[in-house]
Amino acid sequence: MTPSMTPPAVQPTQADISREIAAREAAAHARPEGGPASAHPARNYPPYRSSIHRHPRQPLVAVDALADPEAVELTGPAFGVTDLTDLDADLTRQHPGEPLGERITVSGRILDRTGRPVRGQLVEIWQANAAGRYAHRRDRHPAPLDPNFTGAGRALTDDDGRYAFTTVKPGAYPWRNHGNAWRPAHIHFSLFGSAFTQRLITQMYFPGDPLLPYDPVLASVTDPAARARLVAAYDHELSRPERSLGYRWDIVLDGPSATWTEEGR
Amino acid sequence: MPPTTPPSGALPVTPSQTIGPFFGHALPFPGGERIAPAGHPDTVTVHGHVRDGAGAPVPDALLEFWQADPDGGLTGAPGSLRRDPVTGAVIGRNGVDFTGFGRVPTDADGRYALHTLPATAPAGCPGAAPYLAVCVFARGLLHHLFTRVYFPEHEAAHAADALLSRLPEDRARTLLARPDGPARHYRFDIHLQGAEDGSHEETVFLAFR
Ligand SMILES: [Fe+2]
Repeated sequence: MTPSMTPPAVQPTQADISREIAAREAAAHARPEGGPASAHPARNYPPYRSSIHRHPRQPLVAVDALADPEAVELTGPAFGVTDLTDLDADLTRQHPGEPLGERITVSGRILDRTGRPVRGQLVEIWQANAAGRYAHRRDRHPAPLDPNFTGAGRALTDDDGRYAFTTVKPGAYPWRNHGNAWRPAHIHFSLFGSAFTQRLITQMYFPGDPLLPYDPVLASVTDPAARARLVAAYDHELSRPERSLGYRWDIVLDGPSATWTEEGR
Repeated sequence: MPPTTPPSGALPVTPSQTIGPFFGHALPFPGGERIAPAGHPDTVTVHGHVRDGAGAPVPDALLEFWQADPDGGLTGAPGSLRRDPVTGAVIGRNGVDFTGFGRVPTDADGRYALHTLPATAPAGCPGAAPYLAVCVFARGLLHHLFTRVYFPEHEAAHAADALLSRLPEDRARTLLARPDGPARHYRFDIHLQGAEDGSHEETVFLAFR
């Protein structure tokens, strides 16, 4: 198609996107078996416009862990004390001054799908500052940068699979998926399990955020129960007096692992 | 011992979400593209483009690589993101250990380059076709994709490989690095989506069960 034949780009409105989201959700529930096939988003999810040219059209080729127990992907990389410093899990202490915003603690356990804790593994997070701006050159949102906040953290899980971060609550921010598009406040999480197959990058959302129903990224998870698992819970036990408000977010990693039959892992 | 299927009471999993565009200040680290120990004479370079269905380069993808160590060990080793204890800065690998893990963001042209040791078969099955395991993340990709890089030197083993042997030839070819330029350099492009006009073949992606 030559550029002159390209129809003028009409930016969809939130109402257009919300209609598409509702149609996708209805289709997921109308599956003959009842309910969505997977907790994960379909990679082809047009309400999130960037997915249109970036998803495979061909079905994925299944690799069965039982049939191919020597697959390299059933094991995964290791991390240790050389890979992080004590300050990495506290995003409020990485600069000379304190960042602006509501200080929060985010903690939870990481399990594999058999319920085993993921021990000694790397958890990475990144997020916008309290005003909704990333410390990233390509973020052009005209909200203030915070010289005391970078918004990146790392931790290793303990023997119970537990992680904990101290940070500030990120702000919502606009994006260009459609007219008046706003991402709800979220923290990006990157997780390693005991196998490369269990690798996960996802986003944690905050309870009660009024933007949740409008967001096509969250809505790409068409099963409401699975979607709810991306929303942290306010947990008063995790709040620290005169310091921070606590949120609990537990994570379950998908995918087979070579350690399923090993004892004591 | 082979893995078993998970117990029937398997936990409901946490859904994936896109890596988004703004991971650059958090995930890439110095030396992420250099798995090979410093100056190792066997070092190979694997490089290429990541492209979308329209053939456009993907400048905001993150590729991760995982492979067996030169002896076929699959335990990995810490130290990919080794830190300076004084400043906290990531100073990268110690130049001696082989961690088996690499992480490379694509550049503004959608290109990446990885420097590592040749893929080796796991110690448990020394005759298997060696490969690099790859995990692809990108803005616009709601759930990561797994693929593999196989090498032309191991053609004889490819015929018996459980994955390659059941793919049609044009599909299997997308998993094969090809010699490119100087010795020990290979080209491996990743096409997230096939072209509608057939000008490029979609890379084979994998689902592990
Ligand atoms: Fe974000």
